[in-house]
Amino acid sequence: MRRPLTTVLLYGTLILGAVLAVFPMVWMVSASVMPTGAANSAPPHLLPPSITFEHYRTLFARLNLGRYLLNSTVIATTVTVLSLLVNSLAGYAFAKLRFRGRDRAFRILLTGLVVPVQVAMLPLFLMLKELGFINTYWGVIVPGMASIFGIFLVRQYALSIPDDLLDAARIDGASEFRIYRSVVVPSIMPILATLSIWTFLNTWNDFMWPLIVLSDESRWTLPVAIANLVGEHVQDTELMMAGSVITVLPVLGVFLVLQKYYVEGIMAGSVK
Amino acid sequence: MSESSGILERRENRAGWWFVGPALLLILVFFALPVLAALLLSFTDFDLYSIRDFANARFVGLRNYQALLHNPVFWLAIRNTFYFALVGGPLTLIVSLGAALLVNAPLTRARGLFRTIYFTPFVTTLVAVAIVWRYLYHPQYGLLNAALGAVGISPIDWLGNPHWAMPAIILLATWKNFGYNMLILIAGLQSIPEELYEAARLDGAGAVRRFRHVTLPMLGPTLLFVGVITMIGYFQVFTEPYVMTGGGPLKSTETVVLLMYEEGFRWWRMGVAAAYAFALFVVILVGTLIQTRLQKVRI
Repeated sequence: MRRPLTTVLLYGTLILGAVLAVFPMVWMVSASVMPTGAANSAPPHLLPPSITFEHYRTLFARLNLGRYLLNSTVIATTVTVLSLLVNSLAGYAFAKLRFRGRDRAFRILLTGLVVPVQVAMLPLFLMLKELGFINTYWGVIVPGMASIFGIFLVRQYALSIPDDLLDAARIDGASEFRIYRSVVVPSIMPILATLSIWTFLNTWNDFMWPLIVLSDESRWTLPVAIANLVGEHVQDTELMMAGSVITVLPVLGVFLVLQKYYVEGIMAGSVK
Repeated sequence: MSESSGILERRENRAGWWFVGPALLLILVFFALPVLAALLLSFTDFDLYSIRDFANARFVGLRNYQALLHNPVFWLAIRNTFYFALVGGPLTLIVSLGAALLVNAPLTRARGLFRTIYFTPFVTTLVAVAIVWRYLYHPQYGLLNAALGAVGISPIDWLGNPHWAMPAIILLATWKNFGYNMLILIAGLQSIPEELYEAARLDGAGAVRRFRHVTLPMLGPTLLFVGVITMIGYFQVFTEPYVMTGGGPLKSTETVVLLMYEEGFRWWRMGVAAAYAFALFVVILVGTLIQTRLQKVRI
């Protein structure tokens, strides 16, 4: 007889949790279409008293947000494509190709995971400055191309490719790159989908490194731009919420459309 | 036959190195070497003048580290960073575990839906949601104080009060990050064999005892994994204080990475900043070792 009560409690908690999880984003969208000043009222409005898109217009017409959107898109897309190639080649090789020193190289690589990336940032900045990469897209793209976690993710998945499949292709006279392209890539497609979503989201959301490398306004990514914007427009709640919506919406969209691949890939990659 | 297999072996060896080559080279040049260079940098007085001409930098031995140990702001940043990691980390783990258990409960329908909703904060852009939360925390117009006011709690100046600023940032971080741990914990829960629960049930174990004696021990390695990942991430806290408080009020949210950023990239005292970076590295290394040991003892 405890069943109904348990069910009510369970769903009550689940729904309360869901409300808390989405509430900040719902309010963000709501406040972004409120007329100027409406979000700063006591008691605060949950829903807009009337709907306006003036803040979005201001952002694109006067505050150059289109430019930042373009920068973010170009950088995140390029990193995703290049890192997919680099990390999948390495991940597959670490899983399946027998080469001398493989296991030792992989172990050394994994120890890199405990080194915080910030340690590398100071010399990396000086190095990229010498290379002329500061204030260019490449300053963000090149250091983001190879990822230890990405290699690890692909390797764990590629371990399940049957050796017979690869050996059969070898006996048929296929080159190693050919095998990678026409045997390996199709069979690790799910994890490549996970990896590309993961890379895109991380690159889009990244803040500290773009903040350091892209000091010129015309190169700013969206997170860098809105972090700067909030300094000048801290009173314009509705405007800042519109800027936040534009920053979050693309990644939220990518996630919601492709969430099946992302969620399952992360869950599968973690238990092994 | 043996000759041709030798050729194949050699071919595979060569292909292996060609395939891992680009990744290893990139990681070497853009990560491993800079880390080593940072160690050298931390023994120099590299500053604004050295950026114009590297020859202006001089070796100063351990001077940066000595200065750091005598700098009260550094100890404050260490304290704040530990506060964030040691309160925020366990809090995030508890919320993650709770969410995982709820979503994975046998009675729960629409698991996929709840899983997706709970995971959503994790994929959002930290800078953007930190700005959103800044407004939610507003002492006068913020919705949090409005909600608290409804149950009779007087308004709190969340980000303006040195006692509340860090808890406020921890709350945001917990909201933002619990979804990822939850996913991994759900995967861990689903890999526990159902027979163990059956056996415990036959022995007359109630829900609480089944949780303590089956779920927790079986989930141990997964908990360790997400615990270490969360802690490593939390020791690197930067964006939340940068966007929400700028390290204030009264430096109550100044963290090690924020300090490193300010020293290195605002004042260009890169030698000093590199010493901060290595202090962080040591903290994370020791933290990871302690956590791995502790869990081994308990399980």
